[in-house]
Amino acid sequence: MDFERFVFYVFAIILIYAAGRVITVRNPVHAALHLVLAFFTCAGLWLLLEAEFLAITLVLVYVGAVMVLFLFVVMMLDINTSPLREGFIRYLPVGLVVASLMLLEMFLVVGARNFGAQSVAIPERHGADYSNTRELGNVLYTDYVYPFEIAAVILLVAIVAAIALTMRKRPETRYQDPSRQVSVQPEDRIRIVKMPAEREQS
Amino acid sequence: MMWAELWDLIETPVWITAKIIAIIVPLMLAVAYLTFAERKIIGYMQVRIGPNRVGPRGWLQPIADTVKLLMKEVIVPTNANTFLFVIAPMLAIAPALAAWAVIPFTDKLVLADINAGLLYVLAVTSLGVYGVIIAGWATNSKYAMLGALRSAAQIVAYEIAMGFALVGVLMAGGSLNLREIVLAQQGSILHWFWLPLLPLFLVYFISGVAETNRAPFDVAEGESEIVAGFHVEYSGMAFAIFFLAEYANMILIATLTALMFAGGWLSPLEGIPVLGAIPVLGSPGIFWLLAKISFFLFFFLWFRATFPRYRYDQIMRLGWKVFIPITIVWLVVEGLAIMAGIGPWFD
Amino acid sequence: MNTIQVAEFGLLLPEIFVLVMTCVVLVVDLYLTERNRDVTYVLSLLTLAGAALLTLGNYPSGTTVAMYGTFVHDPMGGLLKLFIYVVTAGVFIYSRSYLRDRGLYKGEYYVLGLFAMLGMMVLVSAHSFLTIYLGLELLSLSLYAMVAFDRDSPTASEAAMKYFVLGALASGMLLYGISMLYGATGSLDIGEVGAAVAGSEDRSIILIFALCFVVAGLAFKLGAVPFHMWIPDVYHGAPTSVTLFIGSAPKIAAFAMLMRLLAESMGGLQPDWQGMLAILAVLSLAVGNIIAIAQTNLKRMLAYSTISHMGFLLLGVLAGTPEGYSAAMFYAVTYALMAIGAFGMIILLSRSGFEAERLDDFRGLNNRSPWFAFIMLILMFSMAGVPPTVGFYAKLSVLEAVVAIDMVWIALVAVFFSIIGAFYYIRVVKLMYFDESESDEPINVGMDMRLAISANGVVVLALGLFPGALLSLCAAAFP
Repeated sequence: MDFERFVFYVFAIILIYAAGRVITVRNPVHAALHLVLAFFTCAGLWLLLEAEFLAITLVLVYVGAVMVLFLFVVMMLDINTSPLREGFIRYLPVGLVVASLMLLEMFLVVGARNFGAQSVAIPERHGADYSNTRELGNVLYTDYVYPFEIAAVILLVAIVAAIALTMRKRPETRYQDPSRQVSVQPEDRIRIVKMPAEREQS
Repeated sequence: MMWAELWDLIETPVWITAKIIAIIVPLMLAVAYLTFAERKIIGYMQVRIGPNRVGPRGWLQPIADTVKLLMKEVIVPTNANTFLFVIAPMLAIAPALAAWAVIPFTDKLVLADINAGLLYVLAVTSLGVYGVIIAGWATNSKYAMLGALRSAAQIVAYEIAMGFALVGVLMAGGSLNLREIVLAQQGSILHWFWLPLLPLFLVYFISGVAETNRAPFDVAEGESEIVAGFHVEYSGMAFAIFFLAEYANMILIATLTALMFAGGWLSPLEGIPVLGAIPVLGSPGIFWLLAKISFFLFFFLWFRATFPRYRYDQIMRLGWKVFIPITIVWLVVEGLAIMAGIGPWFD
Repeated sequence: MNTIQVAEFGLLLPEIFVLVMTCVVLVVDLYLTERNRDVTYVLSLLTLAGAALLTLGNYPSGTTVAMYGTFVHDPMGGLLKLFIYVVTAGVFIYSRSYLRDRGLYKGEYYVLGLFAMLGMMVLVSAHSFLTIYLGLELLSLSLYAMVAFDRDSPTASEAAMKYFVLGALASGMLLYGISMLYGATGSLDIGEVGAAVAGSEDRSIILIFALCFVVAGLAFKLGAVPFHMWIPDVYHGAPTSVTLFIGSAPKIAAFAMLMRLLAESMGGLQPDWQGMLAILAVLSLAVGNIIAIAQTNLKRMLAYSTISHMGFLLLGVLAGTPEGYSAAMFYAVTYALMAIGAFGMIILLSRSGFEAERLDDFRGLNNRSPWFAFIMLILMFSMAGVPPTVGFYAKLSVLEAVVAIDMVWIALVAVFFSIIGAFYYIRVVKLMYFDESESDEPINVGMDMRLAISANGVVVLALGLFPGALLSLCAAAFP
């Protein structure tokens, strides 16, 4: 077993363990942290596939930002998950039967005939000077420039929609205007009154 | 024979470990003396003397502090989540150290010269927040929790601005490799990226201060309001590790700023007719990088001595409403400048 | 490295213009107060006019594929886009007074509407599964937000939630089918997939499987039975100004999606999807027309009538002949015109704090306003398919196409159910002309709305009297 395969199995085992824990663990914060672990090991696997840009972006975006906000919310909400799993054992047998039936059907239809390892050629290995980032950039701004731009518009719509649906202007809220604060002069706040010194009262 | 085979097998790991130690040990020493410098500098700024009892002029103070912290007991609060409580400091320090793997100290001196170095640094530094969040949550204390939440919101806000600033650097440098970014700044001090990317440079550095939870962005600790924030219950070595992580991150931000905006190990005098011919100062070298790092670190300390702490909503406003628009506008400006080939940076 | 020719961007000019103008509207609106909101309204209409000019200026005569095979410039796309502009303009004009009366007159309505329209444009001229999916998402996302636009209304929020969940499910199905197609053919390009599907000797089970998912996803989006559950609730719950939009222009885009996915990329599987569409069409006709009879709410009634109309649309497509496609296209376009007219009438009769959405609200409309009662009469006759309105020709050409491929039974079923359907359309006419009105409040709306809705009714009648031009334009799209 060469080193690369060893690394793959280590990451794969951690990934499966973490992914399993995400759904089995009782505490939602622990679940979120396991999801972080899953993302991280997944990024490791992608690195093995020479997809360093995607791997790093996964860490940067999902681990570094999305999951942080997720944890933020989960910590604030203090969710009690025990009612959610009350029927778990009761429905487990039925669920397993349905799931395995579906799996079997999917396998029969989709199967290894169409998508097996034989039907796709093994991708060639690249040298050390291969830059996944550059390749992605090239494709993204040529072949896929139109879909890429539309995806950007979709994100813009998401922002506009989220703000339109949630932002409420409350008339009673007072806001600060930093530019006004900065431009305040001493005269605006303090009135210096000149007055003659008073005689000490005796 | 057997030993030779064994050596073949472990040669690379041994070398890499040696290199890692060669980076970490000076870094730790730098952290120790950065705390000393901080106390001294802020002391002088506040017309005090600062530590002056341990050793000559107080020079052994950091050593004494370290020894003291090592001897103290690590107390785990009763209702804390022990595993997470213990692992949090490690999660804080690990990214702070891991990022150094791709930092080039000179043209040749770099542990891992990888293509996506800039992205790697950005990704790894974004992980540092987990130490803070987990510590805050695992402690099971209101103060710690508040600190963690503040830190989470703050880091997410500033990471975006930071990322955009780095996009500007990568556009100017034409590469994600830190070594190539430095080499793209070849020339005198006017060729470095701080000049064409001035707004991005400022945004990056200030965001860096915010990312490391340093004053004036230290609401996550906020000793006057939430005692010490996320590390309120930490003591002894566990506390020391948080401390180490914070200072290692400060040095990292200073180093990255030096590399990306201030020409790294390049000499500011290079290419200038008479000055550039000065024997040592005119040529690139690691001492230039160290000097620049020290310069930027001094700002961290100076900020702390000068500015009052931002209020939480002010931090959010600065991050979302000021920095992000500035970076986006400047990326457009920079793009136009690159298209127009404005020299001496983009020709 | 290959670069894009500048000329290719010329083909995208309408899309680029709409995007830029939408961003302009978005920013300009930030600086407007409530009283100056009309600036946003006028800018949005100008955007539509500009886009129409750009589309007309470069009206496609043949098929050109651009942007690395993700965009197609063809007569079908050009014609559909023009109608999308017209219908969207109608929506904007009709909804202005409605929005203003309810404190919803915000720039976001127009911005989201324009974004939704951009999504339709992308969808209409997509030449890659990726573009189809992204266009669809752009359209749906904007529509979800628009349904929830009246934030304080619980029914609108509920409708938005249902729409969102079911819409996401449908997108998922569609995506699943597309991914399977990609796996089987190795391409996302519609032309290449079409060639690969047509070329495969035995129609492999994987393609059929993918087809099932794609058809299910499409049926969800069209609202064909049995994937129609969301339509009545969403139409009913959404603000009428949004129902107006959802019920009209997206149907044109959905037709285009149907064509691009089924006819163009899976033309080789036509015998397979013909059967699927036949079942969907018959069920839609039956359920839509029968349940509509029981409705007392006009919005719900029109929702069920939409379902039955989608059944007719599917009839045209399932014929699988150029005549069938052009008939379906004619149907989609004219249906959109009728639908905005009908929903526009609800808005016309509504006023601040009152929704004229019950059938009873139309009682005795003839006494209050003979002209608007007449327009409603035209619209209802057209929906029912009574000559000489345009609805008659739409139904006729679809039925002709079906009869031409010897599926007479399905044509008979369609005729049977449209006779049933005629009952509830005529009932509205009866209420307007032969019943006493409950209120005699005069109709009070702006001149732009009066003109637009009058024009709408007249166009429906005029296209019915002279359908030749539009019919030949539709036929030209499918040589």
